[in-house]
Amino acid sequence: MSIDKDTVKHISKLARISLDENKVESLSKDLTSIMKFIESLNKLNTDKTTPLTSIINASLKSRKDEVKDGKIRDQILKNSPEKNDEFFVVPKVIE
Amino acid sequence: MNFLSSQRLLNKMSKISELSLTKIVNGIKKKDFSSEEVTKSFIDSSKKSKKLNTYITECFDEALEISKNFDKKKDYKGLLSGVPIAVKDLFCTKNVKTTAGSKILHNFIPTYESTVTSNLWSQGAFLLGKLNCDEFAMGSSNETSFFGNVKNPYGEKLVPGGSSGGSASALAAGLTPATIGTDTGGSIRQPASFTGTVGLKPTYGRCSRWGIVAFASSLDQAGPMTNSVEDSALLLQAMSGYDSKDSTSVNKKIENYSSNLTEKIKGLKIGIPKEYRVDKMPTEIDDLWKKGIEYLKDAGAIIKNISLEHTMYALPAYYIVAPAEASSNLARYDGVKYGHRAVGKNLIEMYENTRSEGFGNEVKRRILIGTYVLSSGYYDAYYLKAQKVRQLIKNDFDKAFKDVDAILTPSTPSSAFKIGDKSDDPVSMYLNDIFTVPVNLSGLPAISVPAGYDKNNLPLGLQLIGKAFDEQTILNLSLAIEKRANFKKNYSVWWT
Repeated sequence: MSIDKDTVKHISKLARISLDENKVESLSKDLTSIMKFIESLNKLNTDKTTPLTSIINASLKSRKDEVKDGKIRDQILKNSPEKNDEFFVVPKVIE
Repeated sequence: MNFLSSQRLLNKMSKISELSLTKIVNGIKKKDFSSEEVTKSFIDSSKKSKKLNTYITECFDEALEISKNFDKKKDYKGLLSGVPIAVKDLFCTKNVKTTAGSKILHNFIPTYESTVTSNLWSQGAFLLGKLNCDEFAMGSSNETSFFGNVKNPYGEKLVPGGSSGGSASALAAGLTPATIGTDTGGSIRQPASFTGTVGLKPTYGRCSRWGIVAFASSLDQAGPMTNSVEDSALLLQAMSGYDSKDSTSVNKKIENYSSNLTEKIKGLKIGIPKEYRVDKMPTEIDDLWKKGIEYLKDAGAIIKNISLEHTMYALPAYYIVAPAEASSNLARYDGVKYGHRAVGKNLIEMYENTRSEGFGNEVKRRILIGTYVLSSGYYDAYYLKAQKVRQLIKNDFDKAFKDVDAILTPSTPSSAFKIGDKSDDPVSMYLNDIFTVPVNLSGLPAISVPAGYDKNNLPLGLQLIGKAFDEQTILNLSLAIEKRANFKKNYSVWWT
């Protein structure tokens, strides 16, 4: 599968990464060569194989739903590039 | 202090930084030297190593302070009492900048400590600094770091491997007594092989992933990087263990790897997989592999030819699974909660510009591949297919381990390559991990042990793959190889 320039633009939109127009061409080339490499898997018939979903042979344990931390608002906000006392600040989303 | 005694101290210090972790731990206990002397020795060699570019953050003053306090209190209960250790900058360290080698986290200061590092500190070690790595651990040469590429002690123009390249280079150059890295597709074992050091990827679930900057969560695992097999056993013991904060951490007793370490491996069956003899592999690597077989035979092991027939599909499957998981894990970097933030006319544009400015080229490529293979209509063709292939690869190992106790292969298909040689061609870079990736896909433990040199005097490693949670057997086999290969560091110091 070749990843053309329109596909590059589409997936970078989905991934929320803006791209310079001059980068699109080289990305299309790189991603196409990676996808060609990946597609060697098509030679392998996997119709009767069940997919591996967990590498450890144990199901995830459940635990009691109790609060063990919390009250760490200031710690959570500490690394925010923009904040006021209690909130993260983002560009206006409602007109 | 007169000139002669200060000269003696200087000699003693430079010798300390050449000792193994085990010798340093014992030396501190026996009061051959103090924690402060050890710490000063490594700070001294680290300060002279700028050209290697191994450190992103230095914690030298803090480390010295801790070592002085240690010497006052003299508490030798821990496995690593009084030992300074620099770690890969992928482990979150409380109040110490943690960048993952990325611009997008260039100013991130965690308010918490990763479980694995806090395990080391509870054993009496303390932080010497944070070591360079490929951005978000995505790379095999340390060239993708925002903080510049690391150089290999074996040559100024050579890569140290990746992604734990800063760790491997710092270790090999004597800047830290030991270190820890992470391994998603070979990121501990490949740089260990390139720098003549010992790198172990434990079984998935052996070490907690909590507090490690996530790359591909079903593959990531932290592990020890050391100058000897004995050190590897010690550090593995110190860092591993169950952690309720990581739901994939496995609740198994931590074994005493150090006291169980033995080169008596008589009667163990070792598998030699024919699929690891790849085209264009230098004959030196094939020869080294044969030597490894002889070493193990000499120690009494029984060699068996085996087949891991889906090996050739491991790398393409990995390049679906790892980018898919990475694209989800890295969605959190949005310029709101932490790290770099760019301006934008609205929220979406702010996200897009932040991620465009914050991520480097390789990380972008992987996020885009991951986004593509998970996008609507493609899930079955790629991700599901890869998970099926992953099952087949795991079945190969399960079948092989019915007949053998461990598997011996080369660690890498080449020795360290030149900086810039592969950075323009992503697929040729990916092929570096051809021998290491199947292990991650199957969750198994594996170790790279230095076993010889190529014709250019560059180190080469051999890999031992073990059954799940049987790190002890591969450590023992590595010890048998180490004793026989008699590998010695062999570089001239060019960076001071």
